[in-house]
Amino acid sequence: MTSHLHWTPVCAMDEIIPDTGVCALVNGQQVAIFHVAGRDGQLFAIDNYDPHAGAAVLSRGLVGNLGERTVVASPIYKHHFDLETGACLEMPEHAVRVFPVRAAEGKVWVSA
Amino acid sequence: MKLIVIGHGMVGHKLLESLVEAGAHDYDITVVGEEPRPAYDRVHLSEFFSGKSAAELSLVPEGFFDRDNLLLRLNARVVHIDRLAKTVTDSTGEVLAYDKLVLATGSAPFVPPIPGNDRADCLVYRTIEDLEAMQACGMRASIGTVLGGGLLGLECAKALRDLGLETHVVEFAPSLMAVQVDAAGGQMLRGRIEDLGVAVHTGKNTQQIVAGEHTTHRMLFTDGTHLDTDMIVFSAGIRPRDELARACGLAIGPRGGIVVDDTCRTSDPDIFAIGECALAGGRIYGLVAPGYEMARTVAAALQGRPATFAGADTSTKLKLLGVDVASLGDAHGQTEGSRAYQYTDERRQVYKKLVVSGCGKYLLGGVMVGEAAEYGTLLQMMLNRIELPPSPEFLILPQADGTARPGLGVEALPDSAQICSCNNVTKGDLCTAVAAGATTIGALKSCTRAGTSCGGCVPLATQLMKAEMQKQGMAVNNHLCEHFAYSRQELYHLVRVEGIRSFAELLQRHGHGLGCDICKPATASILASCWNDFVLQPEHASVQDTNDYFLGNIQKDGTYSVVPRMPGGEVTPEGLIAVGQVARKYGLYTKITGGQRVDLFGARVDQLPSIWEELIAAGFETGHAYGKSLRTVKSCVGSTWCRYGVGDSAGLAVELEHRYKGLRAPHKLKFGVSGCTRECAEAQGKDIGIIATERGWNLYVCGNGGMKPRHAELFASDLDQATLLRYIDRFLMFYVRTADRLQRTSTWRENLEGGLDYLKAVIIDDKLGIGAELETEMQHVIESYACEWQRAVSDPAVRRRFRHFVNSEAADTHVMFVESRGQIRPATPAERMQAAGMTSIKAA
Repeated sequence: MTSHLHWTPVCAMDEIIPDTGVCALVNGQQVAIFHVAGRDGQLFAIDNYDPHAGAAVLSRGLVGNLGERTVVASPIYKHHFDLETGACLEMPEHAVRVFPVRAAEGKVWVSA
Repeated sequence: MKLIVIGHGMVGHKLLESLVEAGAHDYDITVVGEEPRPAYDRVHLSEFFSGKSAAELSLVPEGFFDRDNLLLRLNARVVHIDRLAKTVTDSTGEVLAYDKLVLATGSAPFVPPIPGNDRADCLVYRTIEDLEAMQACGMRASIGTVLGGGLLGLECAKALRDLGLETHVVEFAPSLMAVQVDAAGGQMLRGRIEDLGVAVHTGKNTQQIVAGEHTTHRMLFTDGTHLDTDMIVFSAGIRPRDELARACGLAIGPRGGIVVDDTCRTSDPDIFAIGECALAGGRIYGLVAPGYEMARTVAAALQGRPATFAGADTSTKLKLLGVDVASLGDAHGQTEGSRAYQYTDERRQVYKKLVVSGCGKYLLGGVMVGEAAEYGTLLQMMLNRIELPPSPEFLILPQADGTARPGLGVEALPDSAQICSCNNVTKGDLCTAVAAGATTIGALKSCTRAGTSCGGCVPLATQLMKAEMQKQGMAVNNHLCEHFAYSRQELYHLVRVEGIRSFAELLQRHGHGLGCDICKPATASILASCWNDFVLQPEHASVQDTNDYFLGNIQKDGTYSVVPRMPGGEVTPEGLIAVGQVARKYGLYTKITGGQRVDLFGARVDQLPSIWEELIAAGFETGHAYGKSLRTVKSCVGSTWCRYGVGDSAGLAVELEHRYKGLRAPHKLKFGVSGCTRECAEAQGKDIGIIATERGWNLYVCGNGGMKPRHAELFASDLDQATLLRYIDRFLMFYVRTADRLQRTSTWRENLEGGLDYLKAVIIDDKLGIGAELETEMQHVIESYACEWQRAVSDPAVRRRFRHFVNSEAADTHVMFVESRGQIRPATPAERMQAAGMTSIKAA
């Protein structure tokens, strides 16, 4: 049982084109990481696997907002996942895990 | 019960349609027609000379007569009715029994008793055979004259003009269309027609037709003048075909016509008469809408439902030789005490008249020549006795500030108001359809059939739809999404006019928020259509949908398909071998597509650049199978090889595919080119369909496959290649400019106000004056074309994006294939679970 976060550096900040996502392999886990320019360059990280579509593709989705929520639309069926909470707007039972992520020393760090 | 219908014209067929729609299983129906073909659109006969074939004029959908209780006998004229025995006998000698009989024999053209009217090349204008005779005569003639300047005569004049003849109209009365249009309107109409190069001779009484000196005929008039012509077509009126009724003793009117009561029954209770052969309430109706009404009345009566035909309004709006003409109610102001308002604009050649009741409160009639936009409104006001505003002249006077005249408050119309008379659709019917979800004109047309015949009611139906939507609280808004308060068309305009080059710029100037999966790809498409930048440039990368980002079609398991372009479906043996080798090397699943090319499946994102590098080295380029762009130009092999081909369809297909590849559009585009009318390329199901004839290329537009297939429509015929390309350039750019997001050409066409005529006016006649602009825009797209895959594989920064993981060269562990029919396919969830189960057993 870990009570602290174990950070792994995955890539340089400038490897993520603003308003897109990349996928990192962290401890055997596929993590989708997004850099959202419109939210002051904030980083978000969720599971890369779309449980509804059954494919590891969320990092390739279109980033945007629906109302107050910052979301990514899965490329397969365009279901929307809240980047802060991992909630799936169309089907709550398909919520995904959220990962801590931060930028430091020009790199992107994820805890998974 | 046995029902026999004599005559299979427009009205006879409407009767059958009404019976079939209502079920009518208790009738065994036999239709006996004297013509060699089933019912066709006689109203639009003149289109035969502007490219429409006899088959295209048919009113009978395929399979209509496949019903057990419905039989059509053609080339069989009924010659005798025996009312006692209740049988009819036809020209082949067949005797048929009936319980009920309907006469829908129509009318025959009236040929005035002028000596010489039986000379060769004196014709009439009613059947397809008549048209074929005109066509044959037209090949030997230079001058054509129609005798009769009424509605049908002017239609016939258009036909003569389309045959390329010097055209004359000879009319006995002092003015044209004397029945529907008053003298002043007739004058205006004459002026407009003469400006089109048609000579008009009114007040001419033809005394004799003799041989001409240098022409086939000379028409001699009673005033001593004459007219030389090679072909004469009589269109001087119609006479009802009541000969059968006369012979069997039914009541006939003093000037002909089978007398019927208000249920359309003749003097024999088992016999009905409908259409132009019937005399109802002392009138013979020469228009199709009253005939349809009579058909519906009889259909109801035959099923025991009470229905009456209480006469019909003969108001009509049409385009004659391109001139809008409308006539409403009491156009001549014959009602006692009526008063008229008249507006004449001699410069624009527009004439409008209102006939108003003595008390000034009600509209009784009207005439419009040159412009008839208010027709729908005025008709409803007249039919529903809606009180006129205090100054009714403003209904026809032009608005001083150039704004559109306010429409009739559609709330004023009762639910029973008939909006579409061709298909009997009331306001109530339309409101019900809107409530059930029909919120575009296309949807309204397909649920209610309103606007699908003559199209005259479309403006009013649109107004009604919007009013009803607002009343029911539906937002009548075409905003793209929550981020932009504009329609796609408006955004396209802003991008073009302001020279906006990125989504960020568009969002900053005209939107708010971050954007979403609706507006980002829509904007990406607009930007590509306008500027054609490389889609994977950093500022465009974040707005591309996955297919455009990875330049492939994403499949259900996250892998992509690869489709190299094979223009026109043509590929060399070396090309096939190269594709085969790539597929084998990477273990891909191969399949031939409907668009006549090869599709390769199972490519992981990290494999895409190497696969494409090898395909590019073998001479291929991207097939854009992933884009809202031109997919393929399907073709048949055509005249180069095929013994039937009359045009090089394969060659043209290759050229077209190279010309338009790379164009980004609101939705995907598919073309087809066939080398002859056998149509092996199925071009009539395509956005752009081209069929070769001996005289050039015929261009069809707005066909689509998909969930709701639509047949393409003939747009222009006998085109040379240069004109064909020009029309296609303009058509495509106009579609790109004005369509909604993800709107295919079929839906776009269905929703275009003014329909195909409007499209022709914009593209062929350049009515909006944008033709050159559209061509320039297309030229830019063509010249700036570059294969995106070529760019992607040669740009290291772009190539780097084609990895599954940003921090590892490992492949996506979720991708799993199994074997099927000798190739791979993605594993199903059950197969995955099975494999996982075995792994854990192994691990244990």
